[in-house]
Amino acid sequence: MIQLEVQDLHKCYGKHEVLKGVSLRAESGDVISLIGSSGSGKSTFLRCINFLEHPNAGRIFVQGEELRLRPDGHGALLPEPKQLQHVRTSLAMVFQHFNLWAHMTVLQNVIEAPMSVLKLSRAEAMERAQKHLDRVGIWAQKDSYPAHLSGGQQQRVAIARALAMEPAVLLFDEPTSALDPELVGEVLKVMRQLADEGRTMVVVTHEMGFAREVANHVIFLHKGLIEEQGIPRDVLLKPTSERLQQFLSGQLK
Amino acid sequence: MFDFAIIIESLPEFARGTLLSLELMALSLLAGFVVALPLAVARSSSILWLSRSVGMYTYLFRGTPMLIQLLLIYYGLSQFQWMQDGWESGNPVLLLFREPFFCAWLAFALNTTAYTTEIFAGVFKNTPVGEIEAGRAMGMTHFTLLRRIVIPAGLGRAIPTYSNEVILMLQGSAIASAVTLVDLTGAARYVYSRHFAPFEAFITAGIIYMLLTFCLVGIFRMAENHWLGHLRPRTSPDKQR
Repeated sequence: MIQLEVQDLHKCYGKHEVLKGVSLRAESGDVISLIGSSGSGKSTFLRCINFLEHPNAGRIFVQGEELRLRPDGHGALLPEPKQLQHVRTSLAMVFQHFNLWAHMTVLQNVIEAPMSVLKLSRAEAMERAQKHLDRVGIWAQKDSYPAHLSGGQQQRVAIARALAMEPAVLLFDEPTSALDPELVGEVLKVMRQLADEGRTMVVVTHEMGFAREVANHVIFLHKGLIEEQGIPRDVLLKPTSERLQQFLSGQLK
Repeated sequence: MFDFAIIIESLPEFARGTLLSLELMALSLLAGFVVALPLAVARSSSILWLSRSVGMYTYLFRGTPMLIQLLLIYYGLSQFQWMQDGWESGNPVLLLFREPFFCAWLAFALNTTAYTTEIFAGVFKNTPVGEIEAGRAMGMTHFTLLRRIVIPAGLGRAIPTYSNEVILMLQGSAIASAVTLVDLTGAARYVYSRHFAPFEAFITAGIIYMLLTFCLVGIFRMAENHWLGHLRPRTSPDKQR
């Protein structure tokens, strides 16, 4: 089943075109890595999928349901608020800077959206929270505030918060880029487990190891276009385009 | 020198005055808080005309002394014919403006609402963008974001500044005596004029104001401990004494 499909997405800031027609298709269990140098548009692309940024053209389908979009008169596309809110519940996002709610404890962070958005009872939300906090290994710290945790722990809480929505697709926006090097491993380990469970994931990342070992599809973006894509073994080990070769040799330094 | 007998004899006056001051302050702050909350949401909104019209109100009341506002409400309005006609025909709303307590409450409430609105609007505007994005990305509506993220997080961060506003209100409430109310300051004036003991009268009032302030500071410290736990640094063993 196709969980997420994006067709020919365009996005510009003023006159500067950041995305010049990018498409993506994720079936159940796919782990798609988006790679590319900074400024290639990979984060913008991810943020356009759940409309944290408004694209200028393109179509988005989540579990077969197409987002109904209309032009806003200034070149950007507007979604229908009701439908967007509904679709967003199936597209959970994990951010570079975790974006946990600082005034809530770990547990409150995880039960918040299931209760206030999905309208689950507290008991159901708690059950989900325990399950997901347990599996990311943070249950013991459930009553701590985010500021009292390490970056790696905070990101694992953010992953648990995303999982508690039981989304169709998990979107990761450079989830390890803000972490100290020694904390990257614990987050990648959790992400690897999620991939092994068959979760559908779209991951913007600089971690070539993750892209190589965990993803089943890699997309290399360059200046707003897909320069090369395919299975990691081909794309990362036998890159055909010169740009990707340059990018990868830069990464290995 | 310092005549304690006068103070002890006048304690009932001071007690009644303190009670009136506290009552006036509590009712003004309550109204101020309730009204400032929606106004602050409007003030921090990105809808320009909404934010600006609230801004006009706060500018008006923060730009003029509270004493002037009080005098205008209590003495100024009675100058108008429609106000006097209202009093004669027994209009229940307009009759309120003959009551010094009501006028003082209204002036204080309007004033503290203006300050509180700006305090709250400031913290709401400073909500970290990432926390808002996280909520939106999970499908929260604008209203849910306000109710669950922006307002609770903002009110917590507003406590230190808001506690200042409350203390300033307490001190500012001393002007209630300008419209014949016998609040704590009014009681001190009364004691002064009866015994001709200005030092005893006013030092006693001053000390009571200080004690009240001390209590308010303590209450707000407890509130900070309760609601700002997430901003407190972790206590490490070497920092504990």
